Amino acid sequence: MSNATLEVRGVTAGYGGAPVLRDVTVTAEAGTITAVLGANGAGKTTLLRAIDGSLRLSQGQVKLDDAELSGRRPEEVSRAGVAHVPEGQGVITELTVAENLQLGLLLRRRSDRAAALADIYERFAVLSKRKNLPASTLSGGERQMLVIARALATRPRVLLLDEPSLGLAPKIVREVLDLIKRLKDEIGLTIVLVEQNARSALAIADTGVVLNLGAVVATAPAAQLAADEALRRHYLGF
Amino acid sequence: MVEFLEFTLEGLSAGMIYAAIALSLVLIWRGTGVLNYAQGAMAMFTSFIALEIIYVTGNYWLGFVSALAAGLVIGAIAERVIVRPVTGKPPLNAVIVTIGLLILVEGLAGLLYGSNNRSFPPAFSIDGLSIGSVALGITRNDIFTGAAVLLAAAILALTFRYSSIGLRLRATAFNAPVARLLGVRVGRMLTLGWALAGLLGALAGLLVSPSTFLNPNSMDTIFVLGFTAAVIGGLESPAGAVAGGLILGVVLSYAGGYLGSEVVNLFGLAALLLVLMFRPTGLFSSAQARRV
Amino acid sequence: MTSQVTEQVEVPAAPRGRLDWLNRSTLGRHLAVAVAGAVILYLISVGLDAYRDYLMAEVAATVVAVAGLTVLIGLSGQISIGNGAFMAIGGYTGALLFSHLHWPLALIIIAAALVAAAVGAIFGVAAARLHGPYLAGATLMFAVALPFLANTFANQLGGDQGLGFFVTTPAFLGVNFSLQRWQAWVNCAAGLIAFILLANLIRSKVGRSWRAIRDDEIAAALAGLNIARLKILAFVVSAAAAGLGGVLLAIFNGTVSPSLFTLNLSIQLLTAAVLGGLGTLAGSIWGGALLVIVPIYLEDVAVGHGFASQSTSAAIPILAYGVVLIIVMLAFPRGIQGGLNRLIKKKGSA
Repeated sequence: MSNATLEVRGVTAGYGGAPVLRDVTVTAEAGTITAVLGANGAGKTTLLRAIDGSLRLSQGQVKLDDAELSGRRPEEVSRAGVAHVPEGQGVITELTVAENLQLGLLLRRRSDRAAALADIYERFAVLSKRKNLPASTLSGGERQMLVIARALATRPRVLLLDEPSLGLAPKIVREVLDLIKRLKDEIGLTIVLVEQNARSALAIADTGVVLNLGAVVATAPAAQLAADEALRRHYLGF
Repeated sequence: MVEFLEFTLEGLSAGMIYAAIALSLVLIWRGTGVLNYAQGAMAMFTSFIALEIIYVTGNYWLGFVSALAAGLVIGAIAERVIVRPVTGKPPLNAVIVTIGLLILVEGLAGLLYGSNNRSFPPAFSIDGLSIGSVALGITRNDIFTGAAVLLAAAILALTFRYSSIGLRLRATAFNAPVARLLGVRVGRMLTLGWALAGLLGALAGLLVSPSTFLNPNSMDTIFVLGFTAAVIGGLESPAGAVAGGLILGVVLSYAGGYLGSEVVNLFGLAALLLVLMFRPTGLFSSAQARRV
Repeated sequence: MTSQVTEQVEVPAAPRGRLDWLNRSTLGRHLAVAVAGAVILYLISVGLDAYRDYLMAEVAATVVAVAGLTVLIGLSGQISIGNGAFMAIGGYTGALLFSHLHWPLALIIIAAALVAAAVGAIFGVAAARLHGPYLAGATLMFAVALPFLANTFANQLGGDQGLGFFVTTPAFLGVNFSLQRWQAWVNCAAGLIAFILLANLIRSKVGRSWRAIRDDEIAAALAGLNIARLKILAFVVSAAAAGLGGVLLAIFNGTVSPSLFTLNLSIQLLTAAVLGGLGTLAGSIWGGALLVIVPIYLEDVAVGHGFASQSTSAAIPILAYGVVLIIVMLAFPRGIQGGLNRLIKKKGSA
């Protein structure tokens, strides 16, 4: 998997009225985890939607390595290698676990699909156990695993994760974050991680970006952000 | 008793037609959230196309296949040109637009083919069949009707369940935004859904036109009864659509047989209103609270 | 379910002394407009020949039916593609009362509207909880099934032949008074009265409640509005207007028969309401007038230019309605009156 650098340059975007994102620039270097942090309503989810093509940009660009992503529809952005696991997970509950995964695999070559599926079942034992059950029967933590696995099935070059810890028990949150770190370590996947739980996110991230009211107020190596008490207390709540 | 058998079989045969229309409506409803009021009219139009081909080539099956192909094309065009622009707008817009399509197609058919009743050839013999000396009340053509609809429904069901394109179609119907994030070209899936529905409708038109004669308005009643069948079965369920069609067909057949043919449509209206009042989610659905 | 229509904002003119009462009273204002309208219509009718007086009567009948539908859709957010059936009820009621009971014309007209209203109430109760496609489907079924009643009760209702309704000019107008002019007067008078009632209703608390339901049903329910009753009332009003239109149709047409009240009629009413501008009474005038007049010219033009033979030319208006419905919904959802409103606003702010 060739990992790629995702660049968001000077993006301004909104939902009709006033812009929600204002001149936002974020660079997710290849093979790193970039944590996007900030209070509720800061624009974190909007940023991901601007990247994945769901939201039209009033200004600015989104680039994957040197390829222009801005202006493309979500299905094309996905095919270009940007996988977005949305807030609320996005499990298609009417399908089985296997069908959810197969949906992700559709972007792969037919000859690769069986092996890729076997791979996923190996890495995610819990999914293998439930493969033919309706996805609605999975618990919160299992659903999070399913949607991450499904996103990985598409063989992305960049993975966008929106609040993967939301609504999960602390033990499960740790499992999920461990998984995310392993994905970066083992596959070198470029990851953009939006999280309310800033402390945990910074613990696994390489870079941190703090948003407030739609603008970037800080960009720094994660360790540096975690050490900056004033900033932490003001924007991140810890 | 023989009468009862006759009415039952006739009802099942008519019910197959309603099932086909109901299936096409459910397909579009589940896939795009729109009720296609023009479904019957489109089926009428493709039947006229079949008729022209049959006249010109003298070959019924060529006409048959042409109608099915035309159904695919017209369905696709309708979605792309007329329905796509109103997705995301208030539901009233989609209702009005498909009604517009309904009369546009009827007007076009009237202009091109005239408003007189045209006789339409059946696929197979319409002589009554009998076992020994007992008249069954159905014909070879009726059997073909049932088989054709069941085959089409089965093919669709298998495609939906086991093929990649079926998976994409289902994902689009269940959760289009998430499907997009997984690279599914949702727009194409919507168009495909309408195309398949157009195919089913075309089939229904071919099967029913021999008995109703073909004119621009001949599918109006069939459409409404197909809609009723879909409501009875629950608009969300393809299996329900087929069941609803058969049930409605049989009930109307008894009504028409024992009470006279003038009451059939009124019975249909009563059936629809009763279901909508008391079981709007359909006879078979687990009664989830659903805005109807 | 939201509608795409926004209501007209009416800004009352500044009071001017003696005419103060006029401006402050809604009823007064509507009466004044109606009187002015009556004068204009009288002058027009006197200046026209018999055929055009006949058309006037037809336009009045159509406009009334369209007005009821535009209120239903534009104000209460419900849809009906079955108002042609309510017209049938009004028309047949009128014909039956005329030939069996010989009531005076005014009484017949009122009774026909009331009967249609009653059926509308029954249908409304059955359909009150339905929305969008389900409601449309139920009204569609109603429109398709009802004409068959004429054959079920062929003896009383005349089957395919229908019933006659032969109005004659009243004695006080003199023996040679034009029948068509009388029909035009009757229809226009009934239409004006209906418009006054509708206009008052629109501006009243009921009208405001309808708009609230249309815009956000849940919020309206939370605010304490009785949703079901208001929706049924809207249905009753639109059925009454359609029934009135139906009996007026019977008056100028002289007969009622199933072939006059097909599904196409219901759809034509919808087209007129949409084209004119949903929810506006002025729009129903545009829509109704166009609905009557345009097909006549379309057919003549088409046959004259050889696009269609006499037998297929009837399909041209139908094709046109379809095209109009689609194009208006896609490109000009506010219809003619909406466009005019926008023009007026632009001029006002320029």
